[in-house]
Formats: sequence, C-alpha cells, structure tokens
Amino acid sequence: MPSLGADMQEGTLIEWNVKPGDRIQRGDIIGIVRTEKADIEVEVYHEGVVEQLLAKAGETLPVGAVLAVIREEGEGAPAAAPVALAITPPAVGRLRASPLARREAQQLGIDLAQIQGSGPHGEITEADVHRAAETAKKAPVEKPAAPPELRAGIRRAIAAAMARSNREIPHYYLETKIDLSLALKFLEAENQKRSVKDRILSVVLLIKAVARALRDVPELNAYWVEDQLQRKEAVHIGFAISLRDGGLVVPAIMDADRKNLDELMQALRDLITRARAGRLRSSEITDATVTITNLGDLGVETVHGVIYPPQVALVGFGRIVESPWAENGMLGIRPIVSATLAGDHRATDGHRGAQFLTTLNQHLQEPEKL
Amino acid sequence: MSEPEVRSAVFRILRKIAPEADPDRIRPDDNLREALDIDSFDFLNVMIGLNEELHVEIPESDYGKLRTLNDLTRYLAEHVSA
Repeated sequence: MPSLGADMQEGTLIEWNVKPGDRIQRGDIIGIVRTEKADIEVEVYHEGVVEQLLAKAGETLPVGAVLAVIREEGEGAPAAAPVALAITPPAVGRLRASPLARREAQQLGIDLAQIQGSGPHGEITEADVHRAAETAKKAPVEKPAAPPELRAGIRRAIAAAMARSNREIPHYYLETKIDLSLALKFLEAENQKRSVKDRILSVVLLIKAVARALRDVPELNAYWVEDQLQRKEAVHIGFAISLRDGGLVVPAIMDADRKNLDELMQALRDLITRARAGRLRSSEITDATVTITNLGDLGVETVHGVIYPPQVALVGFGRIVESPWAENGMLGIRPIVSATLAGDHRATDGHRGAQFLTTLNQHLQEPEKL
Repeated sequence: MSEPEVRSAVFRILRKIAPEADPDRIRPDDNLREALDIDSFDFLNVMIGLNEELHVEIPESDYGKLRTLNDLTRYLAEHVSA
C-alpha cells in the first residue's frame, strides 16, 4: 500500500482488475484503492506476470503493506513489486466519481459534472453513469456542493499532514518584497504575441524563478528524512491548488527548472485541469521537492505557509500590489509582490534562506532569461 | 449581438468554469471573480471561452475593465458588433 503523502495512513482495496497469471505492462491499472481523501487507480510500473494477489477486496491495509506479487520478465523467483499509483483525488464541489464510473462516462460520452452521485460521500458510481446515459437528453442536473462527510475527510487528511509538520518541523520565516515591473512588462510583451489560449499567467514566471533559485540554493530542494538532509536532483515544484469548500491538493510540476515558460504554462494548465477533474497521478502527489503557495488571487498580501513533510521549504506569494517604491533616490509606483520562505530549521538556516530569496529576486529582474 | 444574447453566452461559459456556481444569482455589479470564486487560471479560461464562442480577443490590458457582469457584457456587446 503506497503512501500518497504524509497524510495517508492506510487504504482499502476496492477491487482488483487482474487475476493471477495475467500478463501486465507498465502503466496498466491493476486495481482500485480507497483512501480517506480519494479513490486511487493502482498503476503498475513493472512488466511481467501477476504471481499472487495478497490483498483481498474490502481489506484495509496500512501504508507499506504489499498488495501483490509480480514476477518481472526474466526473473526466476517472483518479487513483491511495489506498485505506483494513479490517484483520483477529491475534486471538491466539482466532481467525485469512482474510476469505474469515469471509464464508463468516457465510453458513453457522459459529462460527470452533470451527475449527482449516490455512492459513499456522494460519489458518482457506475450505476449513476448508466442512469444518466438513459436520461442524457434531459436538462442537466445542477451540481450540488460536496457532502459534509467528504469535506470532513479532506479536512482530517490535511489536519494530519499539517499537525505533523507543526509538531516535527521547526519553521523559520523570511519575507522580501520584489519589484515585478520588468517581469510583468516582459510578460505583457510576450502575451501580445500569443493568441488568448496561449497566454502565460504571471504565476508561471514566479514558478520558473523559484525553480531557478532552487538550482542556486539546492539545500532547499530536499527532503528531511531520518535526521538527515537528502538533496533532490530534480526540481519538482508542488503547486497548491485550492478546491472549493476548503479542499486542497498539491500536485507537482515535474522538472520545472528544465521547462521553458510555454511548457510550464502548459504543465500548469494540464495539472489544474486534471486536479479539478480528479485525474492526477500518484507521482504528482508524492514527488514534489518543494511547494509554492500563491494566494495572490484571493487578495492576500503575505503568505506564511506550513511546510509539507518531508520537504524542507515552502515558498509563498501574495497579491501583486501597486506600491510606492524608492530606488536610486527616486520614488515611484511599482507592482510589488511579497515573497516568503518557510524553511525547516533542521535542514537550513536563515542565511541560506535569505540567499534563496535574494536569488529569486535576481531571476525575476531578468525575466528574458527565465 | 444584443446584450441579452451576450449575457447568455457569458453564462454558458461561466457555468463551464464554475459548474457549482449559479451565474443567474450574480448581481450585475458584483465583482465576478469574488462572486464566483474564480482565480486567474479560471479567468483566463473565461477569456478563452469568450474568444472561441464570440470571436472576441480581449487584450490583457483590458482585463482590469472587466470586474463585473455589466462591465463584461457591455464590453463584449461593443466589440462583437464592431
């Protein structure tokens, strides 16, 4: 039973899609697991033959328990193969459906957003999809808000992760104000060259600048595990996506430092769309090496975030505000954003944190190089 | 295209972006982003939807003029018929 983050303790196997003897390929969905937050499609990362199914449908198992044994190609003896997951997270207020229902809806051409679920926590079931297919020509049903049970489950999961963070991580906080005049001017010029659908959001510049700054200060792109700092080579930026009714998912933009701005915008668009449709993959949930929280859209000026363990840093951005700004003895009005760093004091000190924010600022003053 | 027709198109797009929200309950002078709880990504999707449905390409520099439903429908009615 793989862990999908610090908040997951156990999961329940809903069903297997395979039986012993079946040949499987990398990427096959071999079963469905339910966690407190979501139903999960179990995606296998191995090629081979299913040797044994250890977990039974309906069985609840702790994280780390082996679900199945898969004999990989060319192996004499079978090995308990850890399975990777494709997660279907809760899409609060927008969509919640079982993987089976999703598949049926796709095949039948049914819009899940128009269905009211009858399953646990209001989940859309396969039967709901079939009923909807029969009455497809009727007026669409208004989507209700997420049921209280689901909201409570999500809050419990977030509470577990954040309580662990506050209990274990000695946070320190640093803040700096960054003049975005050059960055926004650059972006405006870039977007004028693009059609509406290809425009880049200002947050993409912030993400890229963070990714670059993490290459310069790699201690912040790391995990704290067993009292040791483990630097991560790849820069996978977890981007906090708020869902309606208070839910939150933090999927990762993989290799953010290696993507250009168009690629980053495409990745962000893809991630937000799939997060809200409930089609994130497990690696996107588990592999983030640092987190960005951008609350500028909500009018917040400064963010003091809580680090998501085992990460060691969280970068927060507030609203871009036109503010008085003195430079070279001149006072002017500039678009200013507040950038904050929440750092794990076990992993780094304020000195390195300050270097990170300085570097971040420098990258945003040279937007054409992002 | 008349303002009611434009408003109807705007509602269709808003329902896609925020299906749980009810655009019919929005007052003409409500701040759209606040009333529908839409972020900059959603707002960009509204702009893309309007572009695709009404063939109006709203420049970024005009985004600040489009705070309310009235702002948006008037702007679009002017530019669709132009």
